[in-house]
Amino acid sequence: MSETLKPIAENNQEQYTRHSPAQEAFRRLLRHRSAQAGMIMLGILVFIAIFAEWIAPYDPIALIKTVKRREPPCVHLLGCPKDKEQHIFGIDGNSRDLFSRVIFGSRLSLQVGLATISFAIIVGGLIGAISGFLGGWVDNIIMRIMDVLMAFPSLLLAIAIVAVLGIGLINALLAIGIVSIPRFARLIRSTVLSVKELDYVQASRALGASPLHILFNRVLPNAISPLIVQGTLGIATAILDAAALSFLGLGAEKPRPEWGLMLGEERNSVFNAPHLVFFPGIAIMFTVLSFNLLGDGLRDVLDPRLRGSTRG
Amino acid sequence: MIQFITRRLLLLLPVVIGILLVTFTIVRLIPGDPCVVMLGEKATREKCDEFMARYGMDKPIPVQFVRYLSNLAQGDFGNSLRFGRPVVDLIAERLPMTIELTIGAMLFSTFFGILLGIISALKRNTIIDTVTMILANIGISMPVFWLGLMLAYVFALLLKDTPFFIPPSARFSAGMTLTSLAKYWGLENVSGLQKFILDFMSNSVIINVIFTGNWKILKDAAWHLILPSVAVGTIPLAIIARMTRSSLLEVLGLEYIRTARAKGLIERLVIAKHAMRNAMIPIVTIIGIETGALLSGAVLTETVFTLPGVGTALKDAILGRDYPVVQGFTLVIALIFVFVNLVVDISYAYLDPRIRLE
Repeated sequence: MSETLKPIAENNQEQYTRHSPAQEAFRRLLRHRSAQAGMIMLGILVFIAIFAEWIAPYDPIALIKTVKRREPPCVHLLGCPKDKEQHIFGIDGNSRDLFSRVIFGSRLSLQVGLATISFAIIVGGLIGAISGFLGGWVDNIIMRIMDVLMAFPSLLLAIAIVAVLGIGLINALLAIGIVSIPRFARLIRSTVLSVKELDYVQASRALGASPLHILFNRVLPNAISPLIVQGTLGIATAILDAAALSFLGLGAEKPRPEWGLMLGEERNSVFNAPHLVFFPGIAIMFTVLSFNLLGDGLRDVLDPRLRGSTRG
Repeated sequence: MIQFITRRLLLLLPVVIGILLVTFTIVRLIPGDPCVVMLGEKATREKCDEFMARYGMDKPIPVQFVRYLSNLAQGDFGNSLRFGRPVVDLIAERLPMTIELTIGAMLFSTFFGILLGIISALKRNTIIDTVTMILANIGISMPVFWLGLMLAYVFALLLKDTPFFIPPSARFSAGMTLTSLAKYWGLENVSGLQKFILDFMSNSVIINVIFTGNWKILKDAAWHLILPSVAVGTIPLAIIARMTRSSLLEVLGLEYIRTARAKGLIERLVIAKHAMRNAMIPIVTIIGIETGALLSGAVLTETVFTLPGVGTALKDAILGRDYPVVQGFTLVIALIFVFVNLVVDISYAYLDPRIRLE
């Protein structure tokens, strides 16, 4: 890793030199306030997602026969009678325990974020690398295609893609992944362009290194910092967009415990059962916020030049 | 300046062609018989043949694309399967609502975003700054539709009997409708582009009121637009606030600001006249970028507040597999987005003469 983070090395000169830049970046990340908050929140989320089976008191999908639909929360500590069963987030419109559904939703949400952004990074990265290395008309055509993709508001393009692919969670994820491609393609392309003429890359090439070797060992290390930052912030956007698609009824199918879907199903009960809308929304916000905070911290630590600019 | 604008317009051409290609392709990528896709399951053979001939579906793809373009140029966006009406009519009916919502949200987010950003920058590292930035972070992370629902809950239910009550749904109060300008002027027989423009104007509250003088409906519409605008505008507000803060802080550290202060200018003028002018460039960029978020947010928020705009139409069209509508509305939204970004680019050049000369 020591050679992979060269660009930030100069910031470390005045500090201890015995740590590698990656270690140093990590140390600074641990001291960064918003990164601290983001990491703690994310840690909680990952914990909840892994141990969902043990944390959730009920099955997230099974119907509970003994309760009324849309019953408000019942928490024993807050004065709910002890003889009633405890449902801390209340009961949803299909008489399921909302708390358990929200807990299980964390799994889906994290998977959604990681899956779409990994897809976008891999596909976008390859496209950007091809574009940057080949140059000429190939580069021109690819970049114009990226321009066109970026000319659509991302969520609306995702909606249009879902319209073509058909409604469903996988298609929604694919749509969000496709929409996120241009951003990573541009990132990798610009890195390729900036290093491809440098001596050490030329030297590699002269030694007969394959384009893939150059891409992975010479170019990607230079792109790793912005990639981590953009990836983290991208996950936040992807989770929001996925929730939005599910909210519109274009994403996850019933009865999956997906936060956006839960909101969409109950949006008409906001006046008589506000808890059904409140809790899933808080969960989405918590998750997105954790990635945003971590992304901000990473940006400050890894790429001081970008400091202050906003998402995307 | 004119040269700059011309060049930007020329650069736009490939993007617009690309957008047209995308909307053209979308419908052709849908698996199944294009005739069934575009006319629905119940289409008869004759209708199918007529449709295929009219849109040249039996011809090679490039010919189809040219046909698609020439149809668009004549204002023919196809017919909605569900309503049996031209898509253009639906656009004239739905688009003004979405534009109003977007403008409302934009005004809200720009005004308060810049204001909060300036306050935050001037009170740097105080508790006000910290709180504002924490709120901004939370604002960025909120799902628009959730915020909309929560606003509706607070202002329409919790504050129901207070003066702060704000209606949570619909474009107007019950019983209020916009007068059709076509009827108002006795121009009911026009068709084509004229009809589109008349319908569009009729459905834009502000334009409509300017001609009909029905101020009551303007007030009512504005009243109904508050909550959706706040919901849609919150994320851009947070982003603009952050951008304003960092941009202003950067500028405030420059030499010419010190000069301005040294020559005894009062602080307010230093900020307003000297600092903000340079700080505006990144802010304007962000406002342009966020228009995309505003349009997407409008689509989601319309569903929450049951507003008859593009978003609800698009959503219903997708769920009902009404592809001509999906195609038409996607195209229109993308074109608006491109247009806004063009305006942003031009205002850049206005703010920063260096860009003009590049």
